[in-house]
Amino acid sequence: MKAEQISIFLENKAGRLAEVTGTLSEAGVNIRALSLADTTDFGVLRLIVDDNNKAEQVLKDAGFTVRITHVVAVEVDDRPGGLHYILDTLTRAGINVEYMYAFVQQSGDNAIMIFRFDQLEEAIRVLEQNSVTVISGSKLYTM
Amino acid sequence: MIFDMEYETMPREALESIQLRRLQNTLSRVYATVPFYRQKFDEAGVMPGDVKSLDDLRRLPFTVKQDLRDNYPYGMFAVPMENVVRIHASSGTTGKPTVVGYTARDINTWAELIARSLASSGASRGDIIHNAYGYGLFTGGLGFHYGAETLGASVIPVSGGNTKRQVIIMRDFGPTILTSTPSYALHLAEAAEEEGVSFRDLQFKSGIFGAEPWSEDMRTELENKLGLKAIDVYGLSEVIGPGVAIECIEAQKGLHIFEDHFIPEIIDPQTGEVLPHGETGELVITTLTKEAFPVIRYRTRDITSLNPEPCVCGRTHYRMSKISGRTDDMLIIRGVNVFPSQIESVLMNIEGVEPHYQMIVDRQDNLDSLTVVVEVSEGIFSDEVKGLQQFSDTIETEIKECLGISARVRLAEPKSIERSQGKAARVIDNRKL
Repeated sequence: MKAEQISIFLENKAGRLAEVTGTLSEAGVNIRALSLADTTDFGVLRLIVDDNNKAEQVLKDAGFTVRITHVVAVEVDDRPGGLHYILDTLTRAGINVEYMYAFVQQSGDNAIMIFRFDQLEEAIRVLEQNSVTVISGSKLYTM
Repeated sequence: MIFDMEYETMPREALESIQLRRLQNTLSRVYATVPFYRQKFDEAGVMPGDVKSLDDLRRLPFTVKQDLRDNYPYGMFAVPMENVVRIHASSGTTGKPTVVGYTARDINTWAELIARSLASSGASRGDIIHNAYGYGLFTGGLGFHYGAETLGASVIPVSGGNTKRQVIIMRDFGPTILTSTPSYALHLAEAAEEEGVSFRDLQFKSGIFGAEPWSEDMRTELENKLGLKAIDVYGLSEVIGPGVAIECIEAQKGLHIFEDHFIPEIIDPQTGEVLPHGETGELVITTLTKEAFPVIRYRTRDITSLNPEPCVCGRTHYRMSKISGRTDDMLIIRGVNVFPSQIESVLMNIEGVEPHYQMIVDRQDNLDSLTVVVEVSEGIFSDEVKGLQQFSDTIETEIKECLGISARVRLAEPKSIERSQGKAARVIDNRKL
């Protein structure tokens, strides 16, 4: 039930992010969600796209440092306490969230969050046991 | 003021005859006592007795830093250890430092040269010298200390570091002469300002700045900020330490080389050919009076030129221009000698580091700073920011441990560092030297 995400190392230089989006745009790859973690010197850009293999290939060809990493896409009830229920469940199971960000699209009435865990498989098991819907990669890329 | 009127203003002819006699003595002595020189002279087919004029000096082979390393630690000493009273060492380029020794007479010679240097910068008995050169293996601290005593001035052996305490001493002890590296002097000025002490209100007349090259721009800055005359001093431990050459306060234009103790030559660093006066090249020095550690035609790797014109101060010794660069890629960062190859060997020992890096040297708040830019390969790229930060922390720690200097590591994208033909592009020195 894991989903794949593309991580890209970016120096903090003007126009560098636009070069990523330009490269993907030319290749006809659609960005579904993104997050950018940054320090003073560099950033790590994380993307959910509709075609991982193609995105990885064209970015590498363009000279970027790219890595495919695994994340979990989770449906979150779009109401007060919806996200808290998920985080609380994970905390009780002793699972640490490395980082998380929101997906643009909704799934029905629910929001979608992308999570990165240190114990990925265990996190998926705990979430599903607690009636949280985990969205598969293949479904996510085409939403 | 001229400390040694006889020798420092000696007419050229008399000076050259003394040089020749001392050169011949030195050559016979090293041939007899240092196997390295005997072998080199034999290979070149020149015996000490063949040197009949100063022009014959150029028939002798050069000595380079590597020769000193090959004979580590005492192989180049020309006297038995029971005659050596002092040992100094300079920072090593690849682990091994350069070790130099002094006899009691060498220490006296050195102290006299520093006394001359201090006098040349306007110091005399009654002056108080704030000596902020480091005391220890480095020749700066002890060299100036003994020279100040020989001159008859009062010396405060404050050494380097503990800047706040230095400010209090400068304020309360009334020093009139400052001896330090130029960058540390500017750092002191800023620290003083923070403590509410204005350098311009202090008693300083002159500052003697050396151990790292500095520019005319820096002279203006030093003189404006510190309210003193900035005097450039030149030396290197392989030759004797500071006190090989010094500017005079009268002209502040070129450094008089103490030619009764050293013969300077300027060579083309590529061909080794001796260049005429006025032309810029590598400075080569032969010692004439050193007992424990004489050097014959030592290549300093410093770039300068020689000016034989008479000087307003009355000294007859030739002047060398301020050092304008190095023939190798050595950097002097906060007084520490650093070669890019050292950084490279540190990086190569860290897993996942690509052999592409760049060193950027800046001067911020008058202190040198080193940034090492390292390319991030796919092998080390972790999706998490903390993983990358740990990686750069590891490199910073290793550099600090191996080289003794603090560097900031900046991670860069692969292939973002310009691929160089030579080593030069590995280093970007933004300091105005």
